[in-house]
Amino acid sequence: MEHAFEAEGLVKRYGKTTALAGIDLAARPGTVLGVLGPNGAGKTTAVRILATLLRPDGGRATVGGLDVVRHAARVRRMIGLTGQYASVDEDLTGTQNLVLIGQLLNLRTAEAKVRAAELLAEFDLTEAAGRPAKTYSGGMRRRLDLAASLVGRPDVIYLDEPTTGLDPAKRDDIWNQVRSLVADGATVLLTTQYLEEADALADEISVIDHGRVIAHGTPASLKAVVGGQTILVRPADPARLADAAGVLAAVSGHQPESPSRGVVTVPVDGDAAFTEVVKRLDLLGIGVTELSLRLPSLDEVFFSLTGQHTERAEEVAA
Amino acid sequence: MTITAERVLPAPVAPRPFGLVRHSLALARRSLIKTLRSPEQLLDVTLQPVVFVVVFVYLLGGAVSGSTHDYLQLLLPAIMVQTTVFGGMATGVNLNTDIRKGVFDRFRSLPIGRSAPLIGSVLGDLIRYVVAVVSLFAFGYVLGFRVETDLLSALAACLLVILFAFSLSWAFVLVGMLAREPGAVQGIAFLALFPLTFGTSMIAPAATMPDWLRSWVAVNPVSHVMDASRGLLLGGPVAGPVLWSLFWSAVFVLVFGPLAVRAYRRRT
Ligand SMILES: Nc1ncnc2c1ncn2[C@@H]1O[C@H](COP(=O)(O)OP(=O)(O)OP(=O)(O)O)[C@@H](O)[C@H]1O
Ligand SMILES: [Mg+2]
Repeated sequence: MEHAFEAEGLVKRYGKTTALAGIDLAARPGTVLGVLGPNGAGKTTAVRILATLLRPDGGRATVGGLDVVRHAARVRRMIGLTGQYASVDEDLTGTQNLVLIGQLLNLRTAEAKVRAAELLAEFDLTEAAGRPAKTYSGGMRRRLDLAASLVGRPDVIYLDEPTTGLDPAKRDDIWNQVRSLVADGATVLLTTQYLEEADALADEISVIDHGRVIAHGTPASLKAVVGGQTILVRPADPARLADAAGVLAAVSGHQPESPSRGVVTVPVDGDAAFTEVVKRLDLLGIGVTELSLRLPSLDEVFFSLTGQHTERAEEVAA
Repeated sequence: MTITAERVLPAPVAPRPFGLVRHSLALARRSLIKTLRSPEQLLDVTLQPVVFVVVFVYLLGGAVSGSTHDYLQLLLPAIMVQTTVFGGMATGVNLNTDIRKGVFDRFRSLPIGRSAPLIGSVLGDLIRYVVAVVSLFAFGYVLGFRVETDLLSALAACLLVILFAFSLSWAFVLVGMLAREPGAVQGIAFLALFPLTFGTSMIAPAATMPDWLRSWVAVNPVSHVMDASRGLLLGGPVAGPVLWSLFWSAVFVLVFGPLAVRAYRRRT
C-alpha cells in the first residue's frame, strides 16, 4: 500500500455551490499532508468525506486501500477526527468524554479509564479532568478534542484547522503533539490557513482554492515558487520610511512593497539578508518598532500562485 | 524519501461481543449524566403533571365524580400515562438539537452501530419516566390517592406505563430526525399528542362523549394503556387492556425504531 489515504477527483456539490471540483489528495504512511487554503476552499468538505461523514458526488477516496463509502465501517476503525468545530460533549467532564469514546471503541471500562488518564496527562488536562468541558478555555477544548480523536490510537488522523484561535504557546503544544504522533508512525492530514504551520509540520503541501488543488509539493519546492521569506520593517519615525525602503532594495535587489501604512516589506532568499538589513539600518540610525523575517502569508502565496489575492483579502481591502 | 514507520502500538480495537448493547448503554449513560447535570430538564415530568392533577381534580372532580377523592382515584392512573407519553417528546427535541453538534460527528466517525446513539438517548431518557411516575405517586399520596390492589399490580402498572412511553418515544425520535429544528419537533409532537392523550377517558367517562369521539377513544392505543393502568391500580378488568398495550408497544418500536434509524443515516 503506497498511500495511507488517497482521494481522487473528489466532487461535492451543495445545491449550486461546488465545494469540491475534483480534488486529489494523498499521503504516504507516516507522513503529514498539509492542506492549505482560504475560507471556503473546501478543506472541511474534503476531510468530512475522508472521515466517512459525507458521501462524495464524484471521484473516490480510500483509507488504507479501503473505499470510504463501500467500507465505511472498516475505515472508521483506522481513523481519528478532530473536526474544525469542537466535537466534545460540553456537559461531560474531560474524563467522561474520553472514557465514553474508549467504551465505544470496545475498551473495557477499566482500560478506558486508564487510557483517558494517560491522554489527559499527555495533554496537560489532568487538573481539569473532573470539570465539565463547558468550563474549559478554547485551548483546553481543542486539546481535549485532539485527545478524544487519539483514544483508539488511529493510523490516520485528520486535524481540521487544529490551531485556529490558539495563542502561540498553545499552538506550539499542538505542533509538538502532531510531531510525536508522526514519530509513532501515524499519518496525518492537517488543514490550515497558515503557510507557516504547513511548513513547520507537513512533508507535502496541497494548496487548494475553490475546490481545486492549485499547487502541490514539498514545503521547500512551494517556497521556491512563492519566494522564500519576507523582511518587514516599521521605522519608529514614519518620515524615514523611504530610507528603510532604500536599505531593503539595496540588500535584496527587489523593489520593496508597502502593504500597509508605515511598513515596507521585501522578499529575500536567505536569512543572511536579514543580518545585513539590521546592520545597515543601525548604520543609518533608523530606529524600528517592528522588524521581522517571516514566511509569506496565505494571501501572498495565493498572489504568487494565481496572480490573485484571496477573496477574504479582497473583502478586507474593499 | 521513504518513511514507512511501523505502528509501534497495537490497535486496541479487539472485537468483543454484544457491541451494540454495550455501545448503547455507554451512550445511555452519557444522556443520563446530561439530564442529571441540568435537572430543570425534568420539570415537564415533575411540575407539569402536578399542575394538571391540581387543576383537574379541583376544577372537574366535583362535576365528574361527585367528589374530588373519587375523581383523583380515576385521574391519577391516567395522568401517569399522559405525563410519560408527553415526556418522550423531549427525547426527540434533544436529539434534534444534538445531532447538529460536533459530538454527533464524532459518534458517526466511530466504528459503532448506526443505531447506537439513538438507542442510547432513548434508554437514557427512561429516567424521565421513572421520575414522572415516582413524583406523581408521591404527590397523589399527599392528596389522598390510594392503590386499591396490591403492590405487585401497582409495580406492573408502572412498568407497563414506562414501557409504552419508551416505545412511543421512537415516534418522537423519528420526528426529531426528520424535522429541521427543535421547535418543529415540539410543534409536530404536540399536534399528535393532544388527540392521543385527551381523546381518552382520562378526564371524563367516554359514555358522555359524541359517537365519533367515542369510536376514536375505543381504538386509541393510549386509551388501552390508561385502562390497563386503572385496572392494575384500582382493580377491574386488566387482561384485555394489558395485551392491547403490549401489542401497541411492540408495533411502535418495530415501526418507528427502524424508520428513525434510517432517517438518521440519511441525515448527514
Ligand atoms: N452544508 C453545506 N451546505 C451548503 N454549502 C456548504 C455546506 N458545507 C459547505 N458548504 C460550502 O462549500 C464550500 C466549501 O466549504 P468548506 O467548509 O469545505 O470550506 P473550508 O475550506 O473548510 O473553509 P473554512 O476555512 O472557512 O473552514 C463553501 O463555499 C461553503 O459555503
Ligand atoms: Mg473548514
